[in-house]
Amino acid sequence: MTDVAGAPGTTDRADAPEPAGERRGSEALHFARRNPKLLIGSGIVLAFMLLGFIGPFFLSDNPNEYVGPQTQPPNGEYWFGTTTFGQDIWAQFVYGVRSTFVIGLFGGGVAFLIGMTVGFVAGYKGGIVDDILNMLTNVVLVLPAMVVLIVAIAYLDVRGLFTQGMFIGLSAWPWAARAVRSQTLSLATRDYVDLARLSGRRTWRIITTEVAPNMSSYLVMSFILLFGGAVLTAAGLDFIGLGPSNGVSLGAMLQSAVNWSALQLGMWWWFVPPGLGITAIVGALYVLNVGLDEVFNPKLREL
Amino acid sequence: MLELSNVHKVYKVGTFGGGRLRAVRDVNLTVAPGEVVSLIGESGSGKSTIGKMVLGLFRPTSGSITFEGTDITTIRGHAARKEYYRHVQGVFQDPFSCFNPIFKADRVFDMVRSSYFPGTPDGVWREKVLDAIATVRLDPANVLNKYPHQLSGGQLQRLLIARALLLDIKLLVADEIISMLDASTRIDVLNLLADLKERGLGILFVTHDLSLGNYVSDKSVILRKGAIAEMGPTQRVFDNPLHPYSRHLLSCVPQLHRTWAEVDAELDANPPEDVVLPTAPDEDSAPLIEAEEGHFVGINQD
Repeated sequence: MTDVAGAPGTTDRADAPEPAGERRGSEALHFARRNPKLLIGSGIVLAFMLLGFIGPFFLSDNPNEYVGPQTQPPNGEYWFGTTTFGQDIWAQFVYGVRSTFVIGLFGGGVAFLIGMTVGFVAGYKGGIVDDILNMLTNVVLVLPAMVVLIVAIAYLDVRGLFTQGMFIGLSAWPWAARAVRSQTLSLATRDYVDLARLSGRRTWRIITTEVAPNMSSYLVMSFILLFGGAVLTAAGLDFIGLGPSNGVSLGAMLQSAVNWSALQLGMWWWFVPPGLGITAIVGALYVLNVGLDEVFNPKLREL
Repeated sequence: MLELSNVHKVYKVGTFGGGRLRAVRDVNLTVAPGEVVSLIGESGSGKSTIGKMVLGLFRPTSGSITFEGTDITTIRGHAARKEYYRHVQGVFQDPFSCFNPIFKADRVFDMVRSSYFPGTPDGVWREKVLDAIATVRLDPANVLNKYPHQLSGGQLQRLLIARALLLDIKLLVADEIISMLDASTRIDVLNLLADLKERGLGILFVTHDLSLGNYVSDKSVILRKGAIAEMGPTQRVFDNPLHPYSRHLLSCVPQLHRTWAEVDAELDANPPEDVVLPTAPDEDSAPLIEAEEGHFVGINQD
């Protein structure tokens, strides 16, 4: 028998179990363009990102320079005013936004890589490998991360953005590993994974080409949450004075504002911009995450 | 070609692997080139587990599975495993779950190409794929460049068989490949298996359907609770079932021209002769007795 159009068994299945590929891609785009949470969230994040990465080219190299009159409220020349020492708060803010994104991308990225590797290997391999990796994950999960970070970072002589990002990454991965592991456990039992093994594929290629693409939306959302978490942790560390030495960040700005009694002196322009900046970036990331969730998960869509 | 001897599979179940579940118990069987061997059994009889062990997806707890002289449980390393899959391939029960839903269906061919034929030029490879698709009697225009959800179960199942044919296979493990198909495509796939058999392929046909086993196979193996209940040439097993379980199983097949009551009455009127069944000396073994030439009966596990 050849395939005759319309013959039983040869018709296209209208009730296909999982919509996929192009159709799913364009469908996601269709809902993405109509999702206000996604649009607002990504709009704010993107605006801050552009500010942080393009802004510094229009400003002096050293935002901590004493450039102008002291204790000026916002005005035409110094948009966000100046500090007690005459530093330009706008310049500090722009550089601070940049370091916020660097720490988010790097710290979140490190955590994401470790979490993904551990989660995929544990979920796919199973057995004793899973037991060991899961135990490690649980141990790191219950470590009081902030305390460990404070102790570890306090002992370092030279602190840069990258050391800070690395430490944040090394402490933030466990929940991502657990999330990825549970998804992998379910996907690894599908027949197409067995079929890939019968096709002579290596384990890591099966993970990257069969398992990971099926949970790409899940991975994107994990990364966003890790990014936001890293930004918050970094702000916390900076605020207690364990930020990058000689650097500038939104957390460090808050710290010096508190150190020099900006609140008591009524210098609101010193602490409001960095506080609002952190809140806006992390808040927008979470709104973006909820939006993405609605786009990828049909059950949450508002039609 | 393929020989299983004293194969056991015990799963550890429960928290900390405390419990034991015996899935396959002391199974011995052989598959010769050009022979179709059907493994017949109810759910949980261990038939799929045997298929997956032959495919190297599970490792037997003890015993050996020998393919052309090498014990496959000793295969180590990716290259040797890959070489084994050049000759032994499987087709699974659920064609929909065998395709990654986010990629086009013909990606299964590309995977075989990139693993086994990296040097083959595009034109030659295309010929080879079209050839394999023609062998499974599909129209290339209908199935190539489509997503899995755009194809029917029968088309997908035949694509999987075509995929296996791209390799130089000697043994095909067909795990319930018919059960997801409707009646009209069923017979196509069965005839296809018969063609493959003509080409000298050994086929291990895993099924729970007695009539399918009868239709395609040269040798039938009836499994119960992981052990072989009866094994022999299909004709003899079906015409003269010796094991009480096989008799019971065969009496359960609905017959078009007779009602259950008639079948039961006839069975009661002339009860079959009892055969002497072997007894297992311990929990682990399941010996077989040769009742007539090539026709074995196993232990009673009631």
